[in-house]
Amino acid sequence: MKKRNRRLENVVYEFKHNKQAIFAAIYLCVIICVSIFVVFVNIDPDAIDVVHKLEFPSSAHWFGTDDMGRDYFIRVLYGGRVSLLVGVLAMVTSITIGVTVGMMSGYFGGIVDNLLMRLVDVFSSIPWIIMVTVFGLLFKRGLFSIIIVIGLFSWMGIARLVRSEVLSAKEREYVQYARFIGRHPARVMTGHVLPSIFPTIITAATAEIASAIMMESALSFLGIGVAAPMSSWGSLLQGSQQYLQKAPYMAVLPGILIILTVYSFNKLGDVLRVFVEPKITAGEKNE
Amino acid sequence: MLKYIIKRILQAVPLLLLITLICFTLINLAPYDAIDSITTPDMSKAEIEAKREAYGLNDPLIVQYGRWVVNILKGDFGYSLLSHTSIKYDLKIRIPATIKLVLPSYLTAYLLSIVLGLVAGSHKNKWPDKLIDGFCSVGISMPTFWFAMIVMYFFGYKFRLFPLMGMHTIGLEDSFADFMKHFIMPYVVLTVGFLPDLTRYVRGSTIGQLKEDYVIVQQAFGAKRTEILFKHVGKNVLIPLITKLGMALPMLVTGAVITETIFSWPGIGSYFVKAISAMDYPIVMSILVLSGTLVILGNLLSDVLYCLTDPRIKTMK
Repeated sequence: MKKRNRRLENVVYEFKHNKQAIFAAIYLCVIICVSIFVVFVNIDPDAIDVVHKLEFPSSAHWFGTDDMGRDYFIRVLYGGRVSLLVGVLAMVTSITIGVTVGMMSGYFGGIVDNLLMRLVDVFSSIPWIIMVTVFGLLFKRGLFSIIIVIGLFSWMGIARLVRSEVLSAKEREYVQYARFIGRHPARVMTGHVLPSIFPTIITAATAEIASAIMMESALSFLGIGVAAPMSSWGSLLQGSQQYLQKAPYMAVLPGILIILTVYSFNKLGDVLRVFVEPKITAGEKNE
Repeated sequence: MLKYIIKRILQAVPLLLLITLICFTLINLAPYDAIDSITTPDMSKAEIEAKREAYGLNDPLIVQYGRWVVNILKGDFGYSLLSHTSIKYDLKIRIPATIKLVLPSYLTAYLLSIVLGLVAGSHKNKWPDKLIDGFCSVGISMPTFWFAMIVMYFFGYKFRLFPLMGMHTIGLEDSFADFMKHFIMPYVVLTVGFLPDLTRYVRGSTIGQLKEDYVIVQQAFGAKRTEILFKHVGKNVLIPLITKLGMALPMLVTGAVITETIFSWPGIGSYFVKAISAMDYPIVMSILVLSGTLVILGNLLSDVLYCLTDPRIKTMK
């Protein structure tokens, strides 16, 4: 008889009955596809056309033009590429650090645990905006450094989460057995512990993308994010600040796209939580 | 109690030292030379060397760090590399400005969130909850600076109701009405920024509390819904919320970096951003120490408050 996967069923149920979740999934598919395939559109995002600068939205330029006459709509779409890329790669960085630290801490315990958790305390003692700006100065401004900087300062929550999950996973029989027969700790961790905490990681990852996109936009807005020729949603908003009076439409589109994207990733994370914590949602449904 | 507090503070000292040491090292590793901001291009090499010596920039890193720590302990934050003004003096002006903005906003958000959270939590999955929770989801996803720009456009440019920048109009420094005019836009932006997170927190714990046995008992005794909610559930929801109050302490300094920058509010946030872009590292370090200290004190405060409000927690480890 085929075993029913109740957890998966719960997620599917949640998806079918939650209109916001459906919207989030569709929106994310669309925005990711658009970001990938926008390079095939035959409009150059950097084509300067001074005659038509700061024009209001029209049929030729759907969202008007910016201060150098560049088509704003296409620039926003290209900006989305940068924002999403930063979001995903910063998430990968922070998940990698967080999971490694959390696993080591939970698995080995004792002095290793103590040291690593103090490290987490150090990193969480300073507001991220201060830390990130200080570190942002050290690296040359660019896509790579902003990804590293965001990743370096957002892994603490994940490390704590993973640590507590590992602490309980460590007590399961199959892990105990693997340790008993003398498997190498690295193999026990990757082969037995990691798969059991994987759903937790996925859930944390979706929320992490959302917060990375927010952080990137704030940094770019303060002028310490991605550098000039490249543009993200945050830096487009920074640019539009000067022209707020003349061209308010420039502030609208990137902002709305940030909201929708972050909202959708958060929503997706909520839905995936059903898989990780079935008890919570089972209770919610009955009420 | 006192013993516990002292122990916690003693534990915090090495943490703080470590944080500052890391930052000090990193700032010194940065591909900038602090001397560049002191010198002018027409200085000779010998003059630059002399300046370097005078500022102690030739000493080994650890000596520089030690000197800096000693100075901080004496209350001497050093001087800005760029404007040569005393940082202590600057902070004395700027911290009250930030507090004037952050404190009212946070308190408003705090009180509003209790009401909204209780209402949403008790009407779970009905329309008031959907409305409030929907607002929170959008609010959490909305960058503060974007909301600030929208507010600025409508109330600053379009209707010309409020001035766009600063805290006072020049010449009207003592006028309260003028201050309020400048205050209202950043205040609203900041309140909206704080609100969603707190509301969600209250909503979550209200839902948790409503499942408790004492609620059922009260219902069985025929207590009114509102009575249960505000008298019994409200009290229990407040306990974890009080700990949030402690953790919000560092916000008095760094809570409004973005909002201050966009409205040119003369507080710590805009001071910090300016210092960052000018590589004025004594300022950066001072603010770092300040916010680190406040984070640690805030955590301590929230623990103490927790013990005071919740009689179940008597033992302090």
